[in-house]
This record gives sequence, C-alpha cells and structure tokens, in this order.
Amino acid sequence: MAFRIRTIDQTAAGREIVREREIAGDGLTIGRAAENDIHLPDLAVEQQHVRLSQAASGQLQVEALGTLGFTLGGRATTNATIAPAEGAELELGSYRLAIRAEDGAVTITVRRAQPQEGRRTEALRGFTLASVLPGKRPLSWLLLAAILLAFLAVPIYSHLTRAAQKPTIDHLGAVVMDASWTPGPLSEAHHALETNCESCHVKAFVAVRDNACLACHTDIGGHADHARLIAARGPTTWGEGFQRAVAKVFNKPGPGACTDCHTEHQGAGRMEPARQEFCADCHGTLDQRLKDTTIGNAADFGNLHPEFAALIETAPHQSRPQRVSLAAHPKQWDGLRFPHALHLDTLGGVARMASRLGAGHGYGAALDCKDCHHPTPDGARFQPVDMERDCEACHSLVYDKVGPTFRTLRHGDVAQMRADLAATDRSPRRPIVTGRRRPGEYAPGGVYYGNFGGGGVTLARAMSTDGVCGECHIPTSGRLGVMPVVQPSRYFAHGWFSHADHKQEKCASCHAAKTSRSSSDLLLPGISKCRDCHLGENSRKAKVPSGCAMCHSYHPMEGAPVKAQLVAMRENE
Amino acid sequence: MATAAGRKFESDERRRDSDHEGFLVHRRMRWFKVAIAVSLIAILGYALADVKPRPNGGSWYGYTLGTAAALLIVWLSLLGIRKRAITRGRWSLKAWTSAHVYLGLSLIVIATLHTGFQFGWNVHTLAYALMMLVIGSGVYGIVVYSLLPAALSDNRGQMTHRQMIDSLAAIDRQLEQAAQPLRREEADWVVAALAQDPFAAGVVARLTDRYPHCRTGEAFAAFSAGPARREAEDRVIALLGRRMAQLRQIRRHMRLKAMLEVWLYVHVPLTIALLAALTAHIVSVFYYW
Repeated sequence: MAFRIRTIDQTAAGREIVREREIAGDGLTIGRAAENDIHLPDLAVEQQHVRLSQAASGQLQVEALGTLGFTLGGRATTNATIAPAEGAELELGSYRLAIRAEDGAVTITVRRAQPQEGRRTEALRGFTLASVLPGKRPLSWLLLAAILLAFLAVPIYSHLTRAAQKPTIDHLGAVVMDASWTPGPLSEAHHALETNCESCHVKAFVAVRDNACLACHTDIGGHADHARLIAARGPTTWGEGFQRAVAKVFNKPGPGACTDCHTEHQGAGRMEPARQEFCADCHGTLDQRLKDTTIGNAADFGNLHPEFAALIETAPHQSRPQRVSLAAHPKQWDGLRFPHALHLDTLGGVARMASRLGAGHGYGAALDCKDCHHPTPDGARFQPVDMERDCEACHSLVYDKVGPTFRTLRHGDVAQMRADLAATDRSPRRPIVTGRRRPGEYAPGGVYYGNFGGGGVTLARAMSTDGVCGECHIPTSGRLGVMPVVQPSRYFAHGWFSHADHKQEKCASCHAAKTSRSSSDLLLPGISKCRDCHLGENSRKAKVPSGCAMCHSYHPMEGAPVKAQLVAMRENE
Repeated sequence: MATAAGRKFESDERRRDSDHEGFLVHRRMRWFKVAIAVSLIAILGYALADVKPRPNGGSWYGYTLGTAAALLIVWLSLLGIRKRAITRGRWSLKAWTSAHVYLGLSLIVIATLHTGFQFGWNVHTLAYALMMLVIGSGVYGIVVYSLLPAALSDNRGQMTHRQMIDSLAAIDRQLEQAAQPLRREEADWVVAALAQDPFAAGVVARLTDRYPHCRTGEAFAAFSAGPARREAEDRVIALLGRRMAQLRQIRRHMRLKAMLEVWLYVHVPLTIALLAALTAHIVSVFYYW
C-alpha cells in the first residue's frame, strides 16, 4: 500500500505551491515532530499526534497517539475508521488533511485552513430563531405605541378638545374611541347614552356627580329632609369608614350620592334595584338616631319590619284618614252595613238569589268576590263598589210599576228621591208577587212582595234604619240623608302592592271575608300572611326573596314630601 | 477545627444541592406554596366580600384585587431587567425566577376574580386577554424548558454547534472535490445542494422540521435514480447521504431550539403590550371616574 502526500502551501501573494511525494508502507504518523511522515508545524498539534494504519478491507484506522484527539468530519474523536474510497477529512490544529483513494493510492492532501472566525460565529447564530425573526424589541415598541395611541391618547385628546354640551341622548358623543373604555353595557333605561360617555363623565378624573343624573331626572322626589337624612345615617364600621376615606381621596362623591346606590355598567337589562342593605343602613336602627320618628325599624322583611299600618278612617266625619297599625286589629268606619259573611255564604239566601239570576247575568252558584269587586285597568287595585253595577241586581230600588215597566229610585240623590216619591201616582196597583227571594223580610214567608199602591214607599220610611236605604246605609240623625260612604282605593301610601302580581292566589288566601260579619272589619292581611311567601332579600327559605325595593321606593313618585337635593356635591363645587 | 470544617462541608453541600435544583422546585417549592396561599386568600375573599350589586372590578374588593394584580404584573415584568444580573443566595435570580413563575400563575386567579367575570370588547378585557396570553406562553415556556433540553442534548451527541457547522463544511469540501469528475447536469445538482444555506429556513420550517425543497435530498434522489453510475457518482451519493444526515441533526437541533425560543417572541412583546393596555385600563377607569 502506498500513500501519496500532497502538500499545498500558499505564498504571500496567494499563489499555491503543490508538492507531491509517495510513502510506501502500511501506515504513517502525523505530528509536529520532524520525524513524522507528515510534519505539521503547528503548536496545537502534538509531537506524535495521529497514526494512520491499514485496517481490514481497504479501510484506514486513525488513532490518536497522545491524549489529544483529532477532528474527523467536524467531529472530535480519538479513534476512527475511514473508508478512503468514500473520502474523509481529518483536522489537526489548523491543518486539514483530505484523505481519499485516487488511482489505487491513498492520497492525503494537506492544506492549512484559512481563518474564517467571523463567518463561523455568524453561522452559529443561524441555530437561533433570532436569525429569522424580527427582534422582540421592535415588536414590543410597535404594540406599546399602538395600544397607548388607540386606547389612551386618542380618547383623551378628543375629550379635552371637545365642545362643551349638555347631557343628551339626541346625538352621539364627541369623544373618539372611548367606547373601548366602557366596562360593560348600560342598563336599558340609559341605553341611548351608550355612545355618549361624556354626558355623565363630564370632567376628567372627577367621578360622576349627582347633577349629571339630575340633568334628566328633574322631577325625582327627595327621600326626606336633608338634615334628617344626615342624622339618620347609621353608624359606620371600621371597614366602611376606611372605604369612605379612600373614596374621598379618590374624589368620589357621597355619602348619599346617586351612585352610592345606583351602579351602572352592570350589563344590559333593568338596572338592579338598590339592595336592602342600603336601606337597612339607616332604617335598621333608625329609632336610635331619630328619636322622634314614627317609622318602625326595618332591615329585612323576614326579620325586622313593622306591622303594616293602613290609612283608614276609624270614625265618621274625620277630616283625614289615620295610619293605624294592623297589629291593633283596628275597625274602620266606612258608613255601610255590609256583612261579607252573609253575602259569601254558599247556602243562604244570597247564594240562592245568585243562582236564580244565573250565569246569564254573570253569576255562578253562589256570590263570588268578582261579582261585586272589579279591578282597576292596571289590575293593581280595585274600583270602588258601584251600587248600580254591583248591588242593584239584588238590592232593587224599584218603587212603582206603570204598565209593563218599573220606576226606580235614583241612588245617591236624596232630593231626586224626594221628588220622585212625591210625584208617585197613588192609585191602587195590583201587588206584585214574583216568588223571587230577596233580602230582608218584606212579606210573610220572605217572598218578594211589592205593594206600590196606596203610598207603599214613603220617604221617611225608606230612609229609616229599616227602610230600603237603611238596609245598607246608616241614616243621619237630623237632616234626612245617610252617612257618607268611605271606600279607600289605597290603604298603604308608602308601600306598593299590586293585585295583578298576585292573581295566581285566591282572594280568600289573604282576605278573611267569609267570616266577616261587619263591613267595619278591616280585611287586610297582616305582615305574617305576606311572610308566607315573602322574606328578606337574602333569605334562602323564602319562596320570594324580597328586598325593600320590591314594595318601597326611595324616591317617592306620588306626593313627594320634599324636593330632591344635590346631596352629593363636594365642597367648593 | 473539625466541627468548623464539618460546618463548612455541610454549607457547601447545601450550596451544591441548591445549585442543582431547578427554579420550579427551588426551596422545596416555597413560591408554589406562596402562590397557592395567595390564590386561596383571593378566592376566599371573593366568596366572603359583601360587594353590591354584584362582583365587579369597581367594588372595594375589585380595586383591592386590581391593585394587587397590577403591582404583580409590574414586578413580574421586571424579571426582564433582573435576569441580566445573575446573583445567588436568598435573593438569587433562581429564587426570583421561581417566584416569577408561581406568582405569575396565581395572577390567573387574582386577575380573573378582579374582572368579576365581566368581559366585553374593551380595553379592560384587552388587558386581561393579553395577560392570559402572556401567562399561557409562559406556561408553554416552563413546559418546554423542562422537557426539551434532554432532547436537545440527545440530538447533539457530543457535538457543539460549531462542530455541526464544521462537519457540514467538511462534507461540503469533500463533496466539491468528489464532484469534479461529474457531468454538467450532475454537477449542477451538487452546486444546488451546496448553495442552499441550511440556516435560511423560516420559522415554520424550523418549528415543523419539514423541508420540502431540500436540494440535498433532491440531489440524492436524482443521483440514486440516475442510470449509469460510476465510482465518482457513488462517492458523491455517499457524501450526499452524509450531508443529509448532518442536515437532519442540524434541523432537529434548530427545531428544538425554535421550540425553546419561540414562546419568548410572544411572552416578551405581549408583556410590553400588556403594560401599555394596563396603563390604558387604569388611566381610563380614573379618567371616566
């Protein structure tokens, strides 16, 4: 076996000098020492560095003679086998030895490598993503600038430079890009203000003030006198005091500001009514601070709420109705003699009469509440009972018969009645016996008996306790007439109750009419009856958890006692 | 004397032990415990806090959580500055990184509770979304940092990056020599293979390790399918095969490195974007107070 050593040197001018020599033998050595077959004058190379020797099947064994290895095909090793037919490249220090079989001999081309450090370091960077991606810094700056511009600079600039205007729902807001600031949709009622943030957020860094709300809500009623409101405010806990102090530092209005109770941007839909805690703050222990108050303490409908007080007249000729607690089982004066029990009895004469009148007249088997009580159009309350509509079908005021028709007294008009009776024709009439039962004992056997002949109905008799008027009314003493009838349309002035919301219930569930023998009985259910379903807002047992706002309004709509006040203005505003 | 030496040995042992424990298990997962505690306190407070009318970023508890989250975000983003000073001990960079990871994760709880689960198309939710993306990319980073270095080491064998490049260069030099006897057309295949820079690959190619237009592979296929093969062609085919093997290693390496690095291209710029959105969020809230 022969080795052909080809040494390529470069002159200073860059010209290559190629020398070739042949070495016979099975192997050769490479090193810095001159006695090696291939002598490499490089300090990085050992004196005797590598031995090349023949291995089986024409391969070459490369082994390091010292502890320093060599680089074969770019890989550091100390021992390797190479196939000259395929070729290999050995690196020792700064020398590269290309080994390949050429014309039957193993040719080793020795060449000193050109230093290319710069390029190699650059190539190393190729492993990292940074070599193909734009830097993180430019991207960061870009995002930073875009976000600050779009979501901060633009809205603030347009807010500062906008023309002043009053709150309105008539046109869009002037501030650009502030829609990106909204923390959530406005409630249904304020939906039109959705694009007009500056209507409420008037001044930069100044929390929404009451006058923003009152700009539109001009007719809102005040809750109570300002001084009493302040006096009634409950004791603050340490936490509340701290919160209040922080809020003050951050220029929040209050206490007592609109925004204390009403929170906006909580999503579309109805604005949430104020929670009962807001009321309980003052009303829970109101008597401790307002010694003269007539209002009982209230904090939770289930646990702490006074018995209802109905607005009623308790005696005739009262100048105005009185509020009387239902706890005292008060009797009301209504100027009538009307036993509910008698009318609702399913077996008595009234029931018999109703069934005789029958379905054609709107009656069922016995009298029912709806036969006399008619709801108002909104369904919340009931219309006053009307004699002509609701009573006269049975309580007839017929006093004469002329030919085939009957003459009827005008209800509610004593003078007209007097005139009608005076003008009655006194000629004899055939008595009318109908067999129809009617209230009262007017003839033997209780059969309706009408004898219009010969002055059958006289004025004085009609107006007496036993007369046709006195049947239901209480006659006045002295001047001819009856006591005025009182039919309150609303018993609870400061609470809201709607029968429409309760129409799933039967009347008798709440009103004990069936056992009431006098119309002076107040048939209003007490609070315990309401508590069958309604308990406090946070109650878990309640069928209907009920906050204060379900029945009460902080801002009275009808007959507001005081005008709304700007309670939430800060000093020097 | 002996005891002093013993103490020194013990303290050195502790140091050596801690030198080899990762940031995830640093100090028996101290910061994991802290983060869990912080999250639990936040959840408990959320459940107990009596805020009306409903949980909201603008309630007192909302402001508390928001302040905590904002301070945390600023502190977390300071790792970018802190990491440039490698120190050890109680306030070591490792401790800082450990806290960065676990407190960053606890931010998911704190910031989500701060939102009161109210989201919308606004700058507030933008800040939240950016924060979640930053955290998500961070979680990815933790996962790849714990899984991929072993694969990277396996793939490398004993070679350094430089050796991989040198190996490729050595193959290329031999290939150039070996291709001298080839015909024009064949020589062109080799030229095309040699001219293709392995590091010119884009992000997608790096991440997927798919190189459909690899000239070396094409040349190898062309030579293998070629009709008449002489000794020169065989030599070139063998060298092309070696070149492909070397390219495979380099490409696997690039893939692993890309997977290790790519999350930072989300994590870092989005952190800066988050700081901007957070500023806009806070300023806007107080501007429209």
